[in-house]
Amino acid sequence: MDASAPALSVRDVTKTFQTPEGGQVHALDSVSLDIADGSFMVLLGPSGCGKTTLLRCIAGLESPDAGQITLRGQRIDDMPVWRRRVNTVFQSYALFPHMTVAQNIAFGLQMDKVPGAIIKRKVEESLDMVHLSGLGARKPSQLSGGQQQRVALARALAKEPEVLLLDEPLSALDLKLRRGMQSELKRLQRETSITFVLVTHDQDEAMAMGDQVAVFNAGRIVQVGEPRDVYLRPNSRFVADFIGEANVLFGTLDTYGLVIESLGLVARDRLLDGAQVPAGTVHVAVRPENVTLDKDPVGTAKVTDVSYVGGDIRVEVRTAAQIIVSRVPSQRMVPPSIGDRMSVSFAEKSLSVVND
Amino acid sequence: MSSPGPATAVSAPASEPAPQTARVRRLRTAGQGSWWSGIPGFVYLIALVLLPLIIILVYSFLSRAKLGVGVKWEFTLTPYTELLYSESLSGGRSFDPTYLQIIANSFWYAIITSVVCLVLAIPIAMWLATRPPERRTLLVFAVTIPFWTSLLIRTYSFIIILNDNGPINGTLQSVGLIDEPIAMLYTPFATVVGLVYTFLPFMILPIYASAERFDFRLAEAAYDLGAGKWTVLRRVVLPSVRPGVIAGLVLVFIPALGSYLAPELLGGGKSSMIANVIAAQFGASRNWPFGAALSVLLLVITLLVLVIFAVVAKRTSRATGRGGWDALL
Repeated sequence: MDASAPALSVRDVTKTFQTPEGGQVHALDSVSLDIADGSFMVLLGPSGCGKTTLLRCIAGLESPDAGQITLRGQRIDDMPVWRRRVNTVFQSYALFPHMTVAQNIAFGLQMDKVPGAIIKRKVEESLDMVHLSGLGARKPSQLSGGQQQRVALARALAKEPEVLLLDEPLSALDLKLRRGMQSELKRLQRETSITFVLVTHDQDEAMAMGDQVAVFNAGRIVQVGEPRDVYLRPNSRFVADFIGEANVLFGTLDTYGLVIESLGLVARDRLLDGAQVPAGTVHVAVRPENVTLDKDPVGTAKVTDVSYVGGDIRVEVRTAAQIIVSRVPSQRMVPPSIGDRMSVSFAEKSLSVVND
Repeated sequence: MSSPGPATAVSAPASEPAPQTARVRRLRTAGQGSWWSGIPGFVYLIALVLLPLIIILVYSFLSRAKLGVGVKWEFTLTPYTELLYSESLSGGRSFDPTYLQIIANSFWYAIITSVVCLVLAIPIAMWLATRPPERRTLLVFAVTIPFWTSLLIRTYSFIIILNDNGPINGTLQSVGLIDEPIAMLYTPFATVVGLVYTFLPFMILPIYASAERFDFRLAEAAYDLGAGKWTVLRRVVLPSVRPGVIAGLVLVFIPALGSYLAPELLGGGKSSMIANVIAAQFGASRNWPFGAALSVLLLVITLLVLVIFAVVAKRTSRATGRGGWDALL
């Protein structure tokens, strides 16, 4: 098989739900996505955007109204759940409360009619992999939330699926535990080289974990790419706003460059992706860390807020047209006072055109 | 109440716990409160549970009165030997399995009733538990509709339904499936129909209570791990509703064992259960001490069955982390 062929391919998948009031919700609106073999794909979006529905369609817990899903070239969208070589780590963990941890992990292997001795060995290995050796005889109710999470992971991984689906697996954990599990998941993904598809509404989590991020909005995928690209080059206002903070500015694009009149700024160079953008009025996004503020007695911007975020100073300035946010590492800036006049500038390369 | 006392077994289970809950409510902290606040409960228990039990126990060791009504105050073990031996006119004793047979019969009816109720109740309870919440309340309410009328009247109505000229035979004949009416009334079949009808709600409600709490995401997880429908039912759904099943079995099996109305009215007295024999001793047979001895025997058997259920329930509660009795009480 072609090495570059996607492990999982989603083509024009559509799913509509009836609301109790009789209306219709397009949970998925002709969604297409290729997921490379052995990669870590994150489906990111606000709640109700369809990302979980797509995950459930892949798992087989939901059947799409139209479109097809192929796993290593084989169509799986009309296959019953229990025959698909994909497994899910559920948001609620869904551990069987009447079984021990070991029985939970063994369950999936028993369904595959794996011989008892091998099951025993695999259960041990899986527990080892998630650092829970020796807890096999416990009941799920005797474990902490983080440990239950690991059991759910071990249970799904023990089946050695082609694709592992993770539905907001870390949302129930506290922040510190979540950080730890993020790197843990990345390690497991590298070690097993199983394709992971993770759903989250947390953009930091998506940035931290994904090889690729697919951003969802209202039942559609609006942008797919590496986290850095999606962050630095959002292709729409939605992505710019949803991932991190962004200043969206209104400008005019002509053959000479970009003019942002409200700031009196002119970008001489064409934008990186400007070639595809027709001349005329455009919106451009710029990340706060790419905005430079300089003290300037005749500057057009006036400081309205100064705060510390992590190791950064975050400064809000008001210009004639809008509020602009800047973020600078604290050691590189003397914090301004509220009311100070500033001039605003940014590197041309840090701008990206966003269509509404 | 952690374990059911002997009182629960013989008195009406629905009315008995009431004074105890009233007592509990008055206590501010567990283990505190005045002792006299328990008086109404104790009086109730002594007058309506303990006293009748003592009377029955005492009577079972007394002799038969001359005309058979009441007892003669003379100690004897005859009522208990009568359970196993019959005395011929010449005075010789011989082993007589009649009453053992009746007890076995009662067990048999109670087991069949429990099994049929269980088989019917599980799908009904699962179906109820999967309805939208607002419709569920109404449907559960519907399950309790039979309680609106007296059991006596409802059992009588089955005489009409199962009769040779009743609606079932009438329909089958008019459709042409049978030429002669099927004799259903006054058969063991009619007894079982009556018993199942009577006790089905007591099986449905506790199983429903368990099923309602079942997390259907667990079923999804089982499908996801490669289980088919039957495996999901057997290995995930049923273990989760087991406390309800045990509670249902207790609520059906024990009253069914001591049933009187269905075998009397629908079984035509031919398929007698132990309660009918007891009633006959105080009535037509005029042997009060023997009736009392049979009652004591039924009480002992019921207690044994309860202990077995309690052991099973305890094992289940250890397995699932919640008590089987929780669902019952």
